[in-house]
Amino acid sequence: MKVPSSIASPQFETAYDEMFESPGVPREHYQALHKTLLGLRPEELRKSQQAADLTFLHEGITFTVYGSKEGTEKIFPNDLLPRIIPALEWAKIEKGLTQRLTALNLFLRDIYHEGRILSEGIVPRELVYSCKHFRREIRGLNVPRDIYVNVCGTDLVRLPDGSFAVLEDNLRVPSGVSYMLANRKVLKRVFPEMFRDYGVSPIDHYPQALLATLRSLAPENCPHREDPTTVLLTPGVSNSAYFEHTFLAQQMGIELVEGRDLLVHDNVVYMRTTAGLRRVDVIYRRVDDDFLDPLCFRPDSILGVPGLFNAYRAGNVTLANAIGTGVADDKAVYAYVPEIIKFYLSEEAILPNVPTYLMTNDAHRSHVLENLEKMVVKAVGESGGYGMLIGPHSTAQQREAFRAQILAEPRNYIAQPTLALSSAPCLIDGEVESRHIDLRPYILMGEKVTLVPGGLTRVALRKGSLVVNSSQGSGSKDTWVLREGNGEDRVAKLAELAR
Amino acid sequence: MGTMRPPRNYFMKSFGREAGMLSRVADSLYWMSRYFERAEHTARLVDTELQLWLDQSPETGAGRWRFLLEALRAPAEPGPIDPTKLVNTLVFSRKNTSSVVSCIAAARENLRHVREQCSSEMWEHLNRLYLGVIEEKPEEGWILRSHRFFRSVVEGSHLFKGIVDATMSHGEGWQYLQLGRYVERTDALASLTGTHFRRMAHPLEQTVEGAEYLDWVGLLRGCGAFEAYCKVHTAEIRPLRVAEFLILSPDLPHSVRFAVDRVNAALHVIGDLTERRAKLPTRIAGRLRAQLSFSQIEEIMEQGAYTYLENVRSECAEIHAAVHKIYFEYPVESELAS
Repeated sequence: MKVPSSIASPQFETAYDEMFESPGVPREHYQALHKTLLGLRPEELRKSQQAADLTFLHEGITFTVYGSKEGTEKIFPNDLLPRIIPALEWAKIEKGLTQRLTALNLFLRDIYHEGRILSEGIVPRELVYSCKHFRREIRGLNVPRDIYVNVCGTDLVRLPDGSFAVLEDNLRVPSGVSYMLANRKVLKRVFPEMFRDYGVSPIDHYPQALLATLRSLAPENCPHREDPTTVLLTPGVSNSAYFEHTFLAQQMGIELVEGRDLLVHDNVVYMRTTAGLRRVDVIYRRVDDDFLDPLCFRPDSILGVPGLFNAYRAGNVTLANAIGTGVADDKAVYAYVPEIIKFYLSEEAILPNVPTYLMTNDAHRSHVLENLEKMVVKAVGESGGYGMLIGPHSTAQQREAFRAQILAEPRNYIAQPTLALSSAPCLIDGEVESRHIDLRPYILMGEKVTLVPGGLTRVALRKGSLVVNSSQGSGSKDTWVLREGNGEDRVAKLAELAR
Repeated sequence: MGTMRPPRNYFMKSFGREAGMLSRVADSLYWMSRYFERAEHTARLVDTELQLWLDQSPETGAGRWRFLLEALRAPAEPGPIDPTKLVNTLVFSRKNTSSVVSCIAAARENLRHVREQCSSEMWEHLNRLYLGVIEEKPEEGWILRSHRFFRSVVEGSHLFKGIVDATMSHGEGWQYLQLGRYVERTDALASLTGTHFRRMAHPLEQTVEGAEYLDWVGLLRGCGAFEAYCKVHTAEIRPLRVAEFLILSPDLPHSVRFAVDRVNAALHVIGDLTERRAKLPTRIAGRLRAQLSFSQIEEIMEQGAYTYLENVRSECAEIHAAVHKIYFEYPVESELAS
């Protein structure tokens, strides 16, 4: 097997190389993988990759791409080479994410109640109220444990100096966790010895931790709080993440419901079962705010449940995540998160933001418009890689279109310098090649905070591409967080063996 | 000492969770099973037919195509029948919602809607079968070499049942799978057997010989019952024995009575699990079961197998409608009132 001695992408001389410290010298925690790769024949790897792809296809681990005609079900490409994170690095990520989400929850509670942070001018009132995900309907409403975001997926990137930074928060209905679990299952089959020797922290308890989180959020009015009826609400089989919804419901052992299975009577939510109606207490909803209740939000929604919002207001049912969390992952509000952390926790952000230009700021805007070909421009309320301009890969025409849109609606856009995402070895057609990656860890917040070690490492499969969103044709790979102590020892031992 | 016995439903109450499951899910499981059973039945019948076709003269052959359409309750166009076109309609056409491929696609679609309710093994197997059948392209002369395909469908269905039984817990959901399968089977067998007896006016007690022999073997094979029949009655075929075997045998998995027994059993368990035992579906099924258990074949043949079996089919349709009304699509108002 030929493994390139250095894999930094030609476009970014500076991009951090996950595997190599310097050309030909793998980092300590990558040495065993490097050695394994050298010992493998390309055909073996290609065969393993095919077997893994087939597993995904047969098990139906697929997602839906909107707007493509025959592409209703595609497998989310899985890359066989694991991404490895040492325990120490992970410890910092874990601390940083916990801090960030704690602050964001305090922020949400504040802006939907007294609005201290707005009165003190830390975050402009105008910015919050003009956000399309701000829901005035829930002002003054108390949510269980005062936690608005119970499930969060935050996207991290590694900067050229090797430090992690937050690219964006996903506080509404983040997806992808099922691929994290599926990747692990496949990798354990493909590299059993290496997996065992590396001492990888397990992640299989995620569904159980999610269930415990949801159950800890039972509403006060719930007649049997110690055993609340918990369901997962899906938009249905045509949703891009439907596989994940079924998977999580199955792994948690809760009902997967669609809007049409639920009904509201006297502000109580029921589901229709073969033995009659059963009261529902906690809803892990994978339906956006807009579609939850046609009586309250979009009247044309057929995915929601008429009257659900009133039941929610009455405190008879918990929605996780709460309604209105989107305001905190608005990409313009994102720019203020370090300030938000300082305001509520009196701490510096452990994980920094990446530099962000607000298009409502005149100086920022003119700087961005002059340098569009170096910028990444994002619509503030979008996710999944929709509504994005990647400057270096854009045409003059696309740039003109964005320029016009920015000038027309400055509040709707932000820009960031094009980042040299770190790169990691990937298996492309049986050869090891370098591709850009990011990392989305999942954070659960209920009675306690839970992070399963790792997350979803997304891979931009096209050479040189920086877009890692599944909806934009990328893939993912398993993420190995090494166990503390004995994990590190083992790596040292492996490294010795490798020499 | 009444205290020695646990109360009725004790195990269900202590090990299970609350009674009942999502109506939509039950509905999907029921239909998934019906579609899969229909795919298996159609595949077996068309396969049998194509095997017979090789042995028959063109004239008798033409009559059998019409019979096949009738037995499957598929609409027949007037004029001469082109076997290739016919087989294409029954097997591959997506316009025909009862074609083998349509049924497997529909079964998969139903299972996809309730994936979390079934075992991963079930989904994986059905999904793989689906990917296989949509790959199949009927080229010139396909119908003469189609046995392998039909076999894969029938075997796929058998394997699926085994996987279901071995990997899914035999709770309420499993009962809807049973219910769907055997409602469909009752209907399909009654239709096939009834249509056959209406067409073949052979004296009931006489041994069948000559060209007609193949028609009777075809019927038995179509029910997957030829070998089982020979074990009981030897290869000597007499219409009355065939009728008794296919309608009243309590042991043959593809007899009308066997299927109705299973429908009845599933409905009883569902009635218990949902605490709706006294409801309509159980009553109709119980009545039908009693009728089949105590009927004599001679009485049945007196009124005519076709008439008798058409009655079975309409009772079966009533069960289907009642199940929908009681378990899947009940009016909410009445539930809230109680």
